Amino acid sequence: MRAVICGALLALGLAPAFAQKSPYEEYQRMTAANAPVELYELAGEEMWKKRQGPKNVSLEQCDLGQGPGVVKGAYAGLPRYFRDADRVMDLEARLLHCMMTLQGRSRDEATKRVFGNEDQASEMEALSAYVAGQSHGMPMRPGKDHPRERAAYQLGQKLFFHRAGPWDFSCASCHGDEGKRIRMSDLPVLYKPQHVQPLMATWPAYRVSTSKIVTLQWRMNDCYRQMRMPEPMFGSDTTVALITFMTQTAEGVPYRGPAIKR
Amino acid sequence: MRRILTLASGCALLAACAMQSTAPVQEHPKATARDLDEVTALLKRDFRERGQAKMSRIELDEVQRVCNLHADNPPAGVARPLEEAQLKAIPIPSGSLMGDWKQGERIAQSGRGSMWNDKPGVQEGGSCYNCHQLSPKVAAFGTIGPSLAGFGKTRGNTREMQQYAYGKIYNAKAYNLCSQMPRLGHAGTLNEQQIKDLVALLLDPASPVNQ
Repeated sequence: MRAVICGALLALGLAPAFAQKSPYEEYQRMTAANAPVELYELAGEEMWKKRQGPKNVSLEQCDLGQGPGVVKGAYAGLPRYFRDADRVMDLEARLLHCMMTLQGRSRDEATKRVFGNEDQASEMEALSAYVAGQSHGMPMRPGKDHPRERAAYQLGQKLFFHRAGPWDFSCASCHGDEGKRIRMSDLPVLYKPQHVQPLMATWPAYRVSTSKIVTLQWRMNDCYRQMRMPEPMFGSDTTVALITFMTQTAEGVPYRGPAIKR
Repeated sequence: MRRILTLASGCALLAACAMQSTAPVQEHPKATARDLDEVTALLKRDFRERGQAKMSRIELDEVQRVCNLHADNPPAGVARPLEEAQLKAIPIPSGSLMGDWKQGERIAQSGRGSMWNDKPGVQEGGSCYNCHQLSPKVAAFGTIGPSLAGFGKTRGNTREMQQYAYGKIYNAKAYNLCSQMPRLGHAGTLNEQQIKDLVALLLDPASPVNQ
């Protein structure tokens, strides 16, 4: 039922951004009705409560920004500055931090399989779906008052327009001008609120074309792959700054994910 | 040609200035030299090589530096010498530059090549349809670049036109410094034969592009 409402909201939200009705809207509306995202949310909740790592504890005392163990509404407040880590973190960087500090796991072990496949979602993807789902319906209010949060936005903006690599691409090469597309896919202009709001409101998401759940860290990783760049490290300042830039630009939009994508 | 380009960028500048008062959102900002150093240092710290995507790809060349510093709109006095240097460095082969348009169509369709999960020398494509319309029969084409449907029909396939098409595919920055089009030959993504096949796709009267 929730998925149906979510689909309807998605269609409504997209309507003003792309005034001309694309066949994909109809496609999205139809596929949203049977989105399997709730299965991932349930799997993620189990992982949240599962004791593991050298310290054999769960993530239930992880502080996602609203205090230890508070999951409700946490995603809507990310990315934000965390004093204990002395850096701005998005959801995935924060989850990794909790795996390393609370559970005593190594970065290598915890990031060995952050991106899953169609057969099995990764632990990080399931956890992301669970935590994000607990902010469903809440306006997105990422941290933007701390100097480090402002710096992350500025850095994200610089990264967004930075052309580099053998193909001379920046994010703006594909996401900088209105009304463009790659093949049949409409390209959102990711520094404009009306374009970025419907997107940030729906990540992480179940991707129909690849039959798997995908997160924002995956999206940054796969864009840099297509930009012919080397690989960004999971949860790095670079990927977090880009996510911070886009989330602050989308500020205020009610979160309606985890959703479904093409 | 140069005049038209200069005029066009002048108009774009005027349009950008006119828009500034109404648009609250930041448009494309210019980077400073310090910004470029900061971002490059960050990328070196945050990225790692994978497959053929080595860390040397993070270093900026002069074309990228200038385009970043001028938000893709450098003054002609800055752009022209760089364009000329890029043009001089294009190794135009002697003889006919027209390869096999059928191979060209396959290369134009493929979006692979130069990514960390591509095998060098095996999976090279030009990603042409990602941004351009070519054969009018292909419905799934992108619109970041101009439509190239009927390209050869209106231009013919003289030696000059072959050279222009070859050069543009080899290094688009030789003609428009901050073009969004990759320098497919210069970057090492496509080899001489593959570029000739794409030239044929554009210029051969039998190519679907010209039907």
